[in-house]
Amino acid sequence: MAQDASPKKPPAELPIITARTDSRDLLAKARQQAIQRGLDKYFIVDVDAHIGEGSCWPDVLKYIENPATREAAFSFGDGTGQNAFLNDTPGLQWQSAHGRITHGAGLKEPATDKTVPRPVDLSRKCMDMLGLDAQVFFPNGLLFLGMHPVPEMEIELSLAYNRWIVEEILPHEPRMKAMLYLPFNTPAAAEETVKRFRGAKGVVGFLITSTRHIPVHSNQYMRLYSMLEESGLPLGFHAHHNWHSDYTRQLNRFLSMHALSFTFSNMVHLTNWVINGLPERFPKLKVMWIESGLAWLAFLAQRLDNEYLMRVSEAPLLKKLPSDYIREMYYTLQPLETSNMKLTEATFDVIKADTQLLYASDWPHWDFDVPARLFDLPFLDDNARRNILGLNAAKVFGMEVPAKYRNEG
Amino acid sequence: MKELFVCNEGDIAEGGRKVVAEDGVEIGVFRVGGAIVAWRNHCPHQGGPVCQGRTMKRVEERLTDSKQSLGIHYVEGSLNVVCPWHGYEFDVRTGRHVGHDAMKLASVAVKNRDGAIYVVVS
Repeated sequence: MAQDASPKKPPAELPIITARTDSRDLLAKARQQAIQRGLDKYFIVDVDAHIGEGSCWPDVLKYIENPATREAAFSFGDGTGQNAFLNDTPGLQWQSAHGRITHGAGLKEPATDKTVPRPVDLSRKCMDMLGLDAQVFFPNGLLFLGMHPVPEMEIELSLAYNRWIVEEILPHEPRMKAMLYLPFNTPAAAEETVKRFRGAKGVVGFLITSTRHIPVHSNQYMRLYSMLEESGLPLGFHAHHNWHSDYTRQLNRFLSMHALSFTFSNMVHLTNWVINGLPERFPKLKVMWIESGLAWLAFLAQRLDNEYLMRVSEAPLLKKLPSDYIREMYYTLQPLETSNMKLTEATFDVIKADTQLLYASDWPHWDFDVPARLFDLPFLDDNARRNILGLNAAKVFGMEVPAKYRNEG
Repeated sequence: MKELFVCNEGDIAEGGRKVVAEDGVEIGVFRVGGAIVAWRNHCPHQGGPVCQGRTMKRVEERLTDSKQSLGIHYVEGSLNVVCPWHGYEFDVRTGRHVGHDAMKLASVAVKNRDGAIYVVVS
């Protein structure tokens, strides 16, 4: 066995990762994975990222259009406005797994490029390390906003966020995209949001945060859906947790609550969406279900088919099985469940993943997925990989795929 | 196979570690219970930099004789390393995931030559 030629010279030492570690060091292995797998030859779109407004909340508040609310906001946070008016729940602070996953509590690293807003700097580092061609951003603190006890806050804060990301963030980096928040509890305000922002540079769709208690099939929303269908932009339902419902507050661990709550909200909304025939009413509206993972879909598809066939009189708008509608909608990958790979493969079949599934990282949250996670699945062929990593997103969002990728595969 | 010098034995305190990289191979070298152990810096979950994560004591849920919970507490003398990407948690002594024995870090042989620590890399 050979010994090192200079035996007393120690090799390079790697640092311990902390909350302040630079993203490029934290994600260095994702870059290695990309190189090893040739991922840079794939067009990759990340359809769920959350480098966002948290540390920039006072900047967001400046876009509140009602002066009374705007000035009041800066009475929060010892006059800084930090976290003003947000109805965040303690759950979000549990994301670090009690300090074990440092980035789960938010990226605390110093800025590298101070000439751009911090989210742009952080996003560029992530995109470069993961090999992304585009990243679609969603808010963090606003994921609870549908439950805000002050109804007008959803309207005022979401408009401020939408303006901030469109006017202050997206112009710096063409790879950064956004699906904008719809103040869904007030249909007229949601319609106004679509009118105001459709066509804005970098806006690739609109978003309903799923943590809310309002049926998506209510008649008051039909004009909004019609408007979205006409716009050609997708409508996303972004899941989140809720530790305060009658069911979830029985769960004594974040693990339990997160596992159920993130799927339960989208189960309810998807069930209402399908059983009330919304895919038949708005056949061209592209609907996307975000951040619930995939395992719930195999259950729901069979469950709804089973009940539908016995009680078809309750869902007369449907012209086919609920599972047929499920396989026509879109889903984001993360957090991908793989402890039983046969079930994972079957789930990909249930949702027709080759054409309906979109890669998503959820960076920098604690349960993020790197592109290699999808690439390494043993049952996918290269065509499916290419579609899921980016080409499906290109179709849904109308993104142009650069010529360098068109010759691959 | 090649022996790679890491450091002198006294350079790693009890519960401490060094994570080193050479020619694309990354290895975490730990001292636990007086022994030196080494693991590849590659989490079996998604390939994260597991050896660069936090080291923490294992936790246990204590029960009364009648099986009532007394809550979650540290296990004194234990040492886990937590992958900083997703929180997968491994016993530093055995390299095994603390909740799933079948999942294990890749071990690296360690040689102590007159107080100098080497790891064997292929």
